[in-house]
Amino acid sequence: MQTELKKRALELLGDGTVDRVIGWQTGEFSYDMTPAVFTSAEDVEKNFVYNDFCGANVSKYLIKECVKGGRILAFLKPCDTFSFNQLLAEHRVSREHVYIVGVACDGMADVQKMKAAGIDGIVGLTAENDTYRIETIYGDAEMKKSDALAERCLTCKSRRHAVHDELIGEEGEDRPDSGRFDMVAELEAMTAEERYNFWRGELSRCIRCNACRNVCPACTCENCVFDNAASGIAQKAAADTFEENMFHVIRAFHVAGRCTDCGECSRVCPAHIPLHLLNRKFIKDINELYGPYQAGADAGAKSPLTSYTFDDAEPSIVRERGRE
Amino acid sequence: MQVNDKTEFVPKIVAFCCNWCSYAGADLSGTNRLQYPANVKIIRVPCSCRVNPMFILRAFQRGADGVIICGCHPGDCHYTTGNFYARRRMTLLFSMLDYLGIERKRTRVEWVSAAEGAKFAATMNDFAAQINELGPNRRLEDLRCRQN
Repeated sequence: MQTELKKRALELLGDGTVDRVIGWQTGEFSYDMTPAVFTSAEDVEKNFVYNDFCGANVSKYLIKECVKGGRILAFLKPCDTFSFNQLLAEHRVSREHVYIVGVACDGMADVQKMKAAGIDGIVGLTAENDTYRIETIYGDAEMKKSDALAERCLTCKSRRHAVHDELIGEEGEDRPDSGRFDMVAELEAMTAEERYNFWRGELSRCIRCNACRNVCPACTCENCVFDNAASGIAQKAAADTFEENMFHVIRAFHVAGRCTDCGECSRVCPAHIPLHLLNRKFIKDINELYGPYQAGADAGAKSPLTSYTFDDAEPSIVRERGRE
Repeated sequence: MQVNDKTEFVPKIVAFCCNWCSYAGADLSGTNRLQYPANVKIIRVPCSCRVNPMFILRAFQRGADGVIICGCHPGDCHYTTGNFYARRRMTLLFSMLDYLGIERKRTRVEWVSAAEGAKFAATMNDFAAQINELGPNRRLEDLRCRQN
């Protein structure tokens, strides 16, 4: 895959279709692939990396890149294209400044799962059919792909690209049966007390690093409420259980109806809080109450929170459903 | 040391009322001399959709035990569509609070028109009784704001 992507990047740079490329390069660790902009063929040749650690969604970076002018080549995985489409719908990126090469994807690896399996000192990764061959400083290791895939990829909503100029690899399909709401349903079936205890356990680990906000392709306000000193929640550390709750409710609410469920929030969380469960709750509610809606599937669609019908469910429906 | 545990629980209730219907409804219930609990604190907002979800969280933070939002009946909004947006927003927010394990009876939305003074008083009485039953808000409080 990496050779194909590199080749295509060099071709498009060479014939002047684009003047820079956004992709991934090795970060601090070799399992920590970080988004990077490449401006020359040598740069691409030398630093461009693509493997199953490249889970990072580069769509958000395109906001700044579009402002710079010129044309940029972006390699987008299916979930990234949904984010891009959503940004397009919100006029945060412009289509003509981006040349999108869709990259087929059947899931990205979660390094935490590898570490949990006792594989440390990772320096390389190759995927062979159903197996990951992992190079480590202690020798080679192997892991079944299904055991090492990120949670968000196991419950992937779609392997189809929502938008692209060309494709590398086979186009995938929507996966309506991936069971991405299973965990939400499980929580909903708990009693209020159990749910409260579950979320206290998760959210109390929050260190307010704001990584979830910074990485989120839907969080694109130039002035964020969490940076507003007068908001009362701009602190760098949550001082109270209330603040932990408040931060996460507000963060999830601000992207309700716009979240494409790319799962970046959970990926970057240093405390491993399953933040996507908050976003998925909103998505599930919207689907159930206002009809199926997938943010980013159609750049022209109206978001469920900026539209209404006369016969919408009353808020009392919350009291009527589920367990106390 | 003696801990005073005999203080009776008096719930604090915040009611966001839209200027055009519910606030006038509250006024009407007053001029009709209908009673509702004095611990219902009314905050007048231009429209029910002015209520930012953060207002509700903020109210809980500052010690509210229940929050109720009152607006014009759907279709009667002074700004035509404000309460339709508010309805979706509040439904999702309440559902999220419920998902976090906050008691779902602490939040409510009611549509009260300017002519429904009696409904306003009845709603507030009912809501206050419900909150009284639930007891103090402990799951979504800010300890720094606790006064007793």
